[in-house]
Amino acid sequence: MIKLEKRAQPSRTLALSTPLIAVVITMIAGGLLFAALGKNPFEAIGTIFWEPLFGEFAFYYRPQLLVKGGPLILIAIGLSLGFRAGIWNIGAEGQYIMGAICGAGAGLAFYPMESIFIFPIMILAGALGGWVWAMIPALLKVKFGTNEILVSLMLVYVAEQLLASVSLGLLKNPQGFGFPGSRNLQEYASAHNAELITGTGMHWGVLFAFIAVIMSYVLLNKHILGFNIRLTGEAPRAARFAGVNPTRLILFCLGTSGALAGLAGMFEASGPAGQISIDFGVGYGFTAIIVAFLGRLHPVGILLAGLLMALTYIGGEIAQSNMGLPAAAIQVFQGMLLFFLLALDLLTNFRIKFAVKGAA
Amino acid sequence: MTGTLLSISGLTKAYPGVVANDTVSFDIQEGEVHALLGENGAGKSTLVKMIYGLVKPDSGTMTWRGEAFAPPEPKAARASGVAMVFQHFSLFDALNVAENVALGMEDPPKMRDLARQIRRVSEAYGLPLDPNRTVGDLSAGERQRVEIIRCLLQDPKLLIMDEPTSVLTPQEVEILFKTLNKLKSEGTSILYISHKLEEIRTLCDHATILRLGKNVGECVPAETSARDMAELMVGDTLQTPTRSTEKTGDVMLDVSGLSLQPTSPFGTTLKNIHFTVRAGEILGLGGVAGNGQDELLAALSGESTTWPDAVKVKGRDVGHLGPNARRELGILAAPEERLGHAAAPDMSLVENALLTGLIRKNLTSNGFVDWAGTTAFADEVIKEFDVRTPGSDRAARSLSGGNLQKFVIGREVLQSPEVLVVNQPTWGVDAAAAASIRQSLLDLAAGGAAIVCISQDLDELMEISDRFGALNEGRMSDIRPAAGLSIDEIGLMMGGAHGMEVAHINEGADA
Amino acid sequence: MDLSAINPVLLIASLMVAATPLLLAAVGELVVERAGVLNLGVEGMMIVGAIGGFAVSVESGSPYLGLVAAMAAGAGLSLLFAFLTQFALANQVASGLALTLFGLGLSALMGQGYVGIKPPALGNIHIPVLSDLPVIGPILFGHDPVLYIGIALVAAVWAVLKYSRIGLVLRAVGENHEAAHALGYNVIRVRVLAIMFGGACAGLGGAYISLIRVPQWTEGMTAGIGWIALALVVFASWKPWRVLLGAYLFGGINVLQLNLQAAGIAIPVEYLAMSPYIITILVLVIMSADKSRAPASLGRIFHASQ
Repeated sequence: MIKLEKRAQPSRTLALSTPLIAVVITMIAGGLLFAALGKNPFEAIGTIFWEPLFGEFAFYYRPQLLVKGGPLILIAIGLSLGFRAGIWNIGAEGQYIMGAICGAGAGLAFYPMESIFIFPIMILAGALGGWVWAMIPALLKVKFGTNEILVSLMLVYVAEQLLASVSLGLLKNPQGFGFPGSRNLQEYASAHNAELITGTGMHWGVLFAFIAVIMSYVLLNKHILGFNIRLTGEAPRAARFAGVNPTRLILFCLGTSGALAGLAGMFEASGPAGQISIDFGVGYGFTAIIVAFLGRLHPVGILLAGLLMALTYIGGEIAQSNMGLPAAAIQVFQGMLLFFLLALDLLTNFRIKFAVKGAA
Repeated sequence: MTGTLLSISGLTKAYPGVVANDTVSFDIQEGEVHALLGENGAGKSTLVKMIYGLVKPDSGTMTWRGEAFAPPEPKAARASGVAMVFQHFSLFDALNVAENVALGMEDPPKMRDLARQIRRVSEAYGLPLDPNRTVGDLSAGERQRVEIIRCLLQDPKLLIMDEPTSVLTPQEVEILFKTLNKLKSEGTSILYISHKLEEIRTLCDHATILRLGKNVGECVPAETSARDMAELMVGDTLQTPTRSTEKTGDVMLDVSGLSLQPTSPFGTTLKNIHFTVRAGEILGLGGVAGNGQDELLAALSGESTTWPDAVKVKGRDVGHLGPNARRELGILAAPEERLGHAAAPDMSLVENALLTGLIRKNLTSNGFVDWAGTTAFADEVIKEFDVRTPGSDRAARSLSGGNLQKFVIGREVLQSPEVLVVNQPTWGVDAAAAASIRQSLLDLAAGGAAIVCISQDLDELMEISDRFGALNEGRMSDIRPAAGLSIDEIGLMMGGAHGMEVAHINEGADA
Repeated sequence: MDLSAINPVLLIASLMVAATPLLLAAVGELVVERAGVLNLGVEGMMIVGAIGGFAVSVESGSPYLGLVAAMAAGAGLSLLFAFLTQFALANQVASGLALTLFGLGLSALMGQGYVGIKPPALGNIHIPVLSDLPVIGPILFGHDPVLYIGIALVAAVWAVLKYSRIGLVLRAVGENHEAAHALGYNVIRVRVLAIMFGGACAGLGGAYISLIRVPQWTEGMTAGIGWIALALVVFASWKPWRVLLGAYLFGGINVLQLNLQAAGIAIPVEYLAMSPYIITILVLVIMSADKSRAPASLGRIFHASQ
């Protein structure tokens, strides 16, 4: 019989090592899954984790790590603030889309004018777009006590419809021969989120992601606002007693996560994606939830988790083209990772004891 | 009736880091009221949980009327005839009385028949109860009746009562004792758990005393002095708190016309409360649990805000201010619930020191936390209040109840409050820690602070209060000088018997 | 625009069909939440049920076998959630999200070979005379059997919760798990069974979409119905009959907007398509005033410490 015994003190060692254990177990389970799909599990795991970093074409894939990791980290940092406080924004995908629409829209409004002010305006517009979209569940929660999980999620579907609408209407490229989608921002110098250092994948969005990691670390560990966020998540009643204003906290956490998701969307639309199109949303907003948990809601953890998750995306694409591994298999793989992590979390706070059945 | 009903021999149960019961043995006779006496943490609850089948002993045996008894789950214990009234009620607020009773029975009859039975039994024992009422709307005394009726309907051989009087007024206690005596006269054995000595002397035939998980003695309470029992229970002679000369100053806290709607669905509404507290004075507020204590503390700490002039500190309106603004003005508070309200369980003691200390101890600058200063403050609390812990980096939940309570009270006292509001300052705390906490409150008052002490422990209130008042259904009684109040007067201030009927003990044996 | 193309009888008949997956998933989740567990994985369990049921129907040729398989798939997936939340004591919100993310991926993987295939049809029932009645016939007596099962399920859940012993125990567990444990009820067992029931209902709801309502398989075809089902439970204040009412309301809105799209109304298609989600938000806002009815232990982790 297995018994759980609560630890007096959460184990720090295990808190740090469970994500790694979860990755290893996921590799094993994922290998079994790939084997079941008729693929060589060792080759598949190798392709996903080794090929992008050290393979023949690593020079091409390595920059992709930052390109894919940047938005994931940026969004996950924002989400982690709310998750820590028990405020569940799961509609980051919608905020990401709205940030992209607003940011790209602001840039296209100036087309074809060239000015150094255009890109900063786009950044502001992108952040604002995501912020506004996140303020809807925030205000509804504050005013009416409406569940932010469901509202933020419903708004993802609304944002997807808006994306379709502007791709076919408002932002449609007038010279696009009737194809849906906006002008290509990569061809509009003032609005292009270009690589900052050629060949690294480093663009403005990645830089913002790194800054967000540092700011969030300082906030959570050095600042009273970060303390209040943690306190609210750990013991809401104690937070009230400590004088934390829950309304302001909800507005701050949801607003910040929305703005960061919006920024991620804007940088994606003006950089790697290049345009607003119907299939612009690729699920970064949802994957970022996994990233946030995998990183244990800790800024540095999120940085590493974001890069790891980017690796599985890139590796998954390689496995898809080289081995015919279905794209969905990678999605399952990522889902498994979150499962194992949540299950292993138990070890941090509990000791598992194996007792002989029938004692007593 | 004679003979042994339940014989307990060598029961041992260990939890990580603590042996809750260490080879405990005693017998309960048929038809006797047997007291299980001990301090908080002496292992009384664990012992009864083993009898009730909720916890399995590590070793030792029990014998029920000569046969081996080892209930694997409460169902089995109930089938043998064990029934239990819990200290923290095992009731469901959103369900009605009949549904609550049905949940405690193996084979409940149809709801309509059950309702009839509840009416009949509750009246026979002088504990009238409407089966259709929602339990969340009942008073603490009525809720206890639900538990008792639930037990009585199963015709128990052994009724276990865990600290039953902690939620009753003195008048209600009298009614309960009549009911228990009637049960005893019908041949039911009662295992009565308490740390209140006078009660045990009145009610019980035999007493077993537990200390730190061990059986340290047995006695016949009627023939033993309360002092002797206390010394057995505590293990050494206790220091009674000393109070300095009484001199009171200006009015520090002035509450007038305080009314407040509850924030939780089954909370209590505060109704037009008036009182004042002067510098150097301790106002003791009694009352049965759930009569507005939590709500009053929230209204004074600033967790709930009201009209500005409903609460005044040194003549300043503060009713509309939040907790931190009030801390700035010197009004501090320590809520009843240690884990989750007064302290965050998974956070370190340093972080918990910051929780209320940031304003008066100046622990932030421009919003950035001075962790070195906070650690120093936490260490100061640990040192001054003798908090037993390996270090201030430990999580709050790793401390024992008494140590955490000392930390919580110490954290406020060391911020030199001008007004301090505490709720149940020694609840669930061992006698030594309780004595030191009371002493610190007396010292603080002697230093010129005004103190409001909300408590359900009347002995504690009589010991430290200058004046006494009681909360009853969200209303405040008159405030009277504590010295010279009789237990009857106190009981009436607490709401008397709350309209409860006295058991008709001489009536027929039809129940 | 030609609004006269909208036939009210067909509209009502088809809104009942549109409401059924929502109804099934929501009534399952209602039971789960009444036991004190918040499972945000409804969407994931639905989509896995949709493909599971679809695949088994196609392979076996029997839609009934498919429906049973869908329930098994939903319940099987819910066991993962049950393990995480009841045994590994993981956060319910995070675990539910994980279930949905995992379920969406798994369904896409399972559905690789089934895109564009037509499943074996599950016929509508036909009662002589009654089904042929004008107006009443097609509305009340001309549907597939699952639709009636859905309504019967609501009635059954209502009766069990209100009148039976097991319903009382379930409510007690959801209301105060510590007290239920103290009285000797196995909180974990009750909750695991409730979670599995919820999973089976969600799976059946998903299969209803892929086998009856659409009927074909496309990736992500549940399109948020699982999430709307969660909202519906709040809307219904955890009461079974109000789930039925709410499901038909949402079904009606959905069918109406589809009809308006078909009728070529002057509102862009995208705005019509987002209307069910916006209305869900509006309803949530209106209902969030009434918080008192939520089971008191909802979402809290239970661990019998002593």
